[in-house]
Amino acid sequence: MSLLSLRGVRKAYGDNVVLDDFGLEVSEGECVVLIGASGSGKSTLLRCINLLEVVDDGVIELAGTDITDPRADADKIRSTIGIVFQSYNLFPHLSVLDNATLAPIRVHGVPRDEARRRALEMLDRVGLRDKADARPDDLSGGQQQRAAIARALVNSPTLMLLDEITSALDPELVGEVLDLLRDLRSEGMTMLICTHEMAFAREIADQVCFLHQGRLLESGPPAQVLDNPSQPRTQEFLRRIRT
Amino acid sequence: MTDWQPSALQLERIAYRQRRARRSTLIAVVSSVVLLVLVAIGIGSTPGWPRVRATFFDPQRAWEALPVVAEGLWLNIRVMLICAVLIVVIGMALAILRTLRGPIFFPLRVFAAAYTDVFRGLPLLLVIFLLGFGVPALRLQGVPNAAVIWGGAALVLTYSSYVAEVFRAGIESVHPSQRAAARSLGLSYRQTLRFVVLPQAVRRVMPPLLNDFVSLQKDSGLIAVLGVIDAIRAAQLETAIDFNFTPYVVAGLLFVALTIPLTRLTDYVARRQGWYGGGGGPV
Repeated sequence: MSLLSLRGVRKAYGDNVVLDDFGLEVSEGECVVLIGASGSGKSTLLRCINLLEVVDDGVIELAGTDITDPRADADKIRSTIGIVFQSYNLFPHLSVLDNATLAPIRVHGVPRDEARRRALEMLDRVGLRDKADARPDDLSGGQQQRAAIARALVNSPTLMLLDEITSALDPELVGEVLDLLRDLRSEGMTMLICTHEMAFAREIADQVCFLHQGRLLESGPPAQVLDNPSQPRTQEFLRRIRT
Repeated sequence: MTDWQPSALQLERIAYRQRRARRSTLIAVVSSVVLLVLVAIGIGSTPGWPRVRATFFDPQRAWEALPVVAEGLWLNIRVMLICAVLIVVIGMALAILRTLRGPIFFPLRVFAAAYTDVFRGLPLLLVIFLLGFGVPALRLQGVPNAAVIWGGAALVLTYSSYVAEVFRAGIESVHPSQRAAARSLGLSYRQTLRFVVLPQAVRRVMPPLLNDFVSLQKDSGLIAVLGVIDAIRAAQLETAIDFNFTPYVVAGLLFVALTIPLTRLTDYVARRQGWYGGGGGPV
């Protein structure tokens, strides 16, 4: 059974239809990479899954529960999904460690010492243990993004949403972050990733989805979508991104 | 760490900067002295100066008035401290009320909006008169009639509406992505406000907030109209003895002396915490 299942999802801002009759199935442990031009609806899709946006129609099911039901407890659902943003969105007034312990302490009721221990372990994992007491502004872009990933991971999410998390980084820092994702992948974390890094998509994805004007135009294994796309739009997009 | 020693080039630069700094200080001192001397000569040579000096700047009168005015100032300080606490609490509450969403909070939102509209618009002096003379005239049982209490209440009413707007501006200046990040971690609306939005908002509005409190220190002198003996009223009484206005100048200097440390404290705290974001560069 799918961990995440989207059917007929629609989202519009006024006349601007961002997601149109969108469907997608993500199995547990699967890594799905979303590609497509800017404005094709990738980020909106992630924000809808995380209930930061309210869908206009359709159903999103997480582990069999309809999370788009207005009666669902949105805070509780969000607490089981980790999201990492393109612009990190770390809390600038808190240290890196406090960023990572805020949700465990306040949302998940983890005792302070335990939360600190787990957060330090996670920071160690992303290579930032020595930066635990630093403020986000004192970190490089790659470090901030790894801190943001650690902040999401300490809550042991069942699903990770990653929104163009390497777009603001230089090539060397991109490497740092992608290494981390490879590790996660090998541990069986279910991930939904928006990216423009095609080489990375090819390497990590079980399924690549091409979005165009709010629709899922084509999806399949990377070899199929990236090397032998059937849709002219996909071919055009890949041609443009390679040159 | 490498054992770096500044190069000859860098040493020369440092020496140059030190020379420049000394030169700047010297120029600043000379220009200040010249200006002060010119102003002193300019004012001192006016025909009415001896008279003005005797009326406003009589050291003998200043010394005599100081204890009385200072005692009045102690009242200002107490009023200002107590009011400041209430103003922060009420102002924050109003700001939060105005940002609440959901139909249940509609009446509270309207109340907060109406409150700020009314008390930001009403002249403070009018509010002081209304409360200071109006409420005791109602002859209510069990309600204190002391002028200082109602004067303080007027200050709280007016200033909490200013401060509410300052807080609200701060709350709204926190980027929506911060809320999104907090909510995505599962924090509730309240928790997001409490742990993510407000701490950032308060830091940002600290300078304008302290500006309001400097202003409050001065306006605490307005309760003098109710007959409370504060620094201004004490100075007025002293002046009434011989029509020498020096006590007013004394009161004014004391108020300035009171606000300067507060302003410097804000600057210091702001710098230390890096509240203004990244530190300044060479430009």
